[in-house]
Amino acid sequence: MAEAKTSSPGSVARPLSPHLQIYRPMLTMMMSIVHRITGGALFVGTAIVAWWLIAAASGPNAYATFEWVMGSIIGKLVLFGYTWALIHHMLGGIRHLIWDMGAGFGPQEREWLAAATLVGSVGLTLILWVVGYMMLGGVR
Amino acid sequence: MVEFTLPKNSKVTEGKTWPKTENAPRETEFRVYRWNPDDGQNPHVDTYYVDRSQCGPMVLDALIWIKNNVDPTLTFRRSCREGVCGSCAMNIDGTNTLACTKAIDDNKAPVKIYPLPHQPVVKDLVPDLTNFYAQYASIEPWLHTVSPTPQGEWKQSKQDREKLDGLYECILCACCSTSCPSYWWNSDRYLGPAALLQANRWITDSRDEATGDRLDDLEDPFRLYRCHTIMNCAKACPKGLNPAKAIAEIKKKMVDRQV
Repeated sequence: MAEAKTSSPGSVARPLSPHLQIYRPMLTMMMSIVHRITGGALFVGTAIVAWWLIAAASGPNAYATFEWVMGSIIGKLVLFGYTWALIHHMLGGIRHLIWDMGAGFGPQEREWLAAATLVGSVGLTLILWVVGYMMLGGVR
Repeated sequence: MVEFTLPKNSKVTEGKTWPKTENAPRETEFRVYRWNPDDGQNPHVDTYYVDRSQCGPMVLDALIWIKNNVDPTLTFRRSCREGVCGSCAMNIDGTNTLACTKAIDDNKAPVKIYPLPHQPVVKDLVPDLTNFYAQYASIEPWLHTVSPTPQGEWKQSKQDREKLDGLYECILCACCSTSCPSYWWNSDRYLGPAALLQANRWITDSRDEATGDRLDDLEDPFRLYRCHTIMNCAKACPKGLNPAKAIAEIKKKMVDRQV
């Protein structure tokens, strides 16, 4: 079928109208951006998992270094953030799956799904950490 | 291409504040994007005060009031003033909508008005929609048939006709497409919500006999699949249509025909 032509008449250099600068932030739009960002963060998280596996295979010294770094306050924060990014991105993926089946597009459904993803990801992350620490026998 | 900032010639500067009306009982402040192709300056935002006792209830009424009473150079498109023609689509208070069906009092004051986002500006609130219309033409929005033309009209059952509800009402105002970040970054290759909703209107039509060709044309990483369900389109549509859902329906049909 016909290709779209993109030429515009006139020789004046037309300005581009403002976009991100002026568009009102809305929940579903923000959730799409967060989905992208968490997707990017998972790349870093996967590198940490790879480091963990390599350290475990390399011997006690390498593993001790890994434990020392990830056991520090900053390391724990990174791990906490990774857990949240993973769960948030996973729930976002489920949301996309629902959309791909043609459901969840209504004015209420789409807001509810977005809110549920956000609340669910924060809630599940906290539960996971609390349960994790309980299994370890408290904060060390 | 994703570019979060505006090019140098598009940066918006502070403009002029136009005088208030004397003894106006009730005034509303409007901040309106201005760009004049003839003065060689960057776009700027002018401030106007609209005397509400002399002006109708809609944002379009305010723009016409400004043009008649304060600043005759203010440029915008309008025609039907009742949400049928789609001419006065613009960005009002942060979302795209029709100025004629948006009540002034439904906005936060001052009411901020910009042209439809991420489009080349012809003047003030008038965007150049050449690409948008070309994309609409590219989906070939007319009945394709191979069967011999019937004596009367091409007939359709009531049930088949109902499948076009929510699709045929589109007035091509471009509110949805220009609200879509995916369209902002990739409008050279991504067709955008309006053209895709229209594509689905013809794919869905029981009388159309080119469904396969139409789907083939959209089977492309950009043309269709740049939709990431951001939903700005469905929230912006002044006719209450749902382009995001229409796009999902096309994606489903792509899968259906393969299994």
